[in-house]
Amino acid sequence: MAAPSPAPPAVAIRGLRKSFGRLEVLKGVSLSAADGDVISILGASGSGKSTMLRCINMLEVPDAGEVAIGGEVIALDKDRRGRMRPADGSQVDRIRSKVAMVFQSFNLWSHMTVLENVIEAPVHVLKRPKAEAVGEAEALLEKVGIADKRDHYPSHLSGGQQQRAAIARALAMRPQVLLFDEPTSALDPELVGEVLRVMRALAEEGRTMLVVTHEMGFARDVSSRVVFLHQGVVEEEGPPAQVFGAPKSERFRQFISSGR
Amino acid sequence: MSYFELMGFGPKGWGWPMLMAAGMTVAVASTGFLIGAILGSLIAWAKLSRSFVARAFADGYTTVLRGIPDLLVIYLFYFGGSALLSSIGQLFGGSGGFVSVPAFAVGALAIGVISAAYQAEVFRGAYTALARGEVEAAKSVGMHTLLMFRRIIAPQVLRYAIPGLGNVWQLALKESALISVTGLVELLRQSAIGSGSTYKPFSFYFTAAMLYLVITTVSTWGFQRAEDYSMRGLRRA
Amino acid sequence: MDLAFMAETFVKLLEGVPLTLKLAFSSVALGAAIAMLLALMRMSGLAALDWSARGYVFVFRGTPLLVQMFLIYYGLGQFRPTLQELGVWWFFREPYWCAVTALTLNTAAYASEIIRGGLQAVPFAQVEAARACGMSGFLLFRRIVFPIAVRQALPGYGSELILMVKATSLASIITMMEVTGIAHKLISQTFRAVEIFICAGAIYLILNFLVTRAVMALEWWLSPHLRGAPQARPSLQPAHA
Repeated sequence: MAAPSPAPPAVAIRGLRKSFGRLEVLKGVSLSAADGDVISILGASGSGKSTMLRCINMLEVPDAGEVAIGGEVIALDKDRRGRMRPADGSQVDRIRSKVAMVFQSFNLWSHMTVLENVIEAPVHVLKRPKAEAVGEAEALLEKVGIADKRDHYPSHLSGGQQQRAAIARALAMRPQVLLFDEPTSALDPELVGEVLRVMRALAEEGRTMLVVTHEMGFARDVSSRVVFLHQGVVEEEGPPAQVFGAPKSERFRQFISSGR
Repeated sequence: MSYFELMGFGPKGWGWPMLMAAGMTVAVASTGFLIGAILGSLIAWAKLSRSFVARAFADGYTTVLRGIPDLLVIYLFYFGGSALLSSIGQLFGGSGGFVSVPAFAVGALAIGVISAAYQAEVFRGAYTALARGEVEAAKSVGMHTLLMFRRIIAPQVLRYAIPGLGNVWQLALKESALISVTGLVELLRQSAIGSGSTYKPFSFYFTAAMLYLVITTVSTWGFQRAEDYSMRGLRRA
Repeated sequence: MDLAFMAETFVKLLEGVPLTLKLAFSSVALGAAIAMLLALMRMSGLAALDWSARGYVFVFRGTPLLVQMFLIYYGLGQFRPTLQELGVWWFFREPYWCAVTALTLNTAAYASEIIRGGLQAVPFAQVEAARACGMSGFLLFRRIVFPIAVRQALPGYGSELILMVKATSLASIITMMEVTGIAHKLISQTFRAVEIFICAGAIYLILNFLVTRAVMALEWWLSPHLRGAPQARPSLQPAHA
């Protein structure tokens, strides 16, 4: 193990709690990701893994706990009804431009072409010149393998192509952290492979990635760390070899053998 | 004279005339609506028929009557009807003067003819929403057409049509205000008469607006009750 | 059916078309701005704004347009001294401005519901993706929510446009000489109601047809994403370097 680096972790969450109504989904979750970590987050449906991921970019606001990106803590306060909300909207926007998310249902903007989808945020949020954004977008589309679809609309693309476009859109922000929320769960089995290939290439480049997934192969072969969530609590955590080879948690053992 | 005295029920008050005019509004609108229902079902039936001529006529009817202003239709019936009656009067050896048509009849007829175009669309939509399977099931147990219509088709078409009919009824109410150009003393005409007499147009038209809102609200409530009753036993999304 | 008479009538009626169109388009344009405001008030989450907007829509959809027009044209005459003091009497004295005001306020109520429906039909997933990129507030509205909402609302708004063209006929009752006003004058002069009705009706049907076509063209232009994929253009690069 290398000497502890003085740089703050890319993502650090501490003691996250979140309830939806009376259902407590996260019961005190903590996680830390250094630069270059590829963390796979596994768990059964309802275990809170998507909620945890969505707390990182404040698409969900935790009821308690702390989220810090690159050492910067996202400030929270209470609204009139006593619920937690981000204290500073512009801080959240700024942090969101450094943390890119890829969604299960791609969520491409339907009224824009693929190219327009990819340049939209760099041009309008990061205020980059359009020519520069277009050049970079075309290189990214080439990288994910759909350069020929740049003038197509999302409705003309297959699921796998749409997800790859979504990945290109996320990369165009030059993010410090990539969040993947079950990126392949909505895809037909034949199309899963093309997306996983792209994600693997990103991991090998040294990007910081947090991936909520059901793809065990990816978790075992590509991640640097695996986290297993069960009913809102981290039950198992560690490098894949250790976690898959000698799982400490009985539930995790059942989880990997049942496949879900 | 304060507003409340003006609209009250005392000797100088216009309360009764306004309420009676509101009653006339409802009367002419509902008569028109009923005429429209009968005519509209016939047109809907024509739209769904296999005959090209029937369909073409029905489509033409709905396109024209939904595309031209209601006021024009009212003028047609009022002036055209009068002209017609006058020439009939002449035929029968009358003095050749202008015979004016009873305003209520003209109004109800005009509303009916316009409303029929909208109601035809509502019925047609409701019929096509009816699950084909239910009609086939009725046929397969040997129901003949008339029985099937009475027991299966008509009740269900009515159920699906209620929301649309609620809208068409609101249209009929608004059209009744246009009938005032024929001289029928419904709510708007009564307000015009009142304001001409007292030089307080705002008070009268404001009262008219309030009364229309009352009629609208009661109608909405009524149609909602009808819809709930007709949907009893059905699970909703 | 006297064709010569009808042709002559047709030409006379056409003189009313510019006023019909002016009334229709100005009220729709102004009404759309108010409607946008009302829709945002309804969706603001603030009870005072929400209920004010609801009240407005209830009143203007629950009363006939003609009553609204009379209230403005005749009714405001009751307050003439006050309005003169405020320096606005010149506006409310004119039938044209009264008609435009009544039409505008009326269409705003109906259009606000159409716009609200369009805004609510924007898939939340796409809004989330925009938020995740750091978009918020006006930027999010301008680039993502509004364009999608417009495309959803267009068919409904097209119908509203047709209804407004028909509604302009009510201005004839307060002395405006648009198509229906001229038709009424001709009928009371000649009593040939049927033939004049046919000519006037034809003009309105043509106007509606043109409006429908224009809206369809707009819909087509705004939705390349609903049409087929672009053809692959033949590449000018040599197959091998």
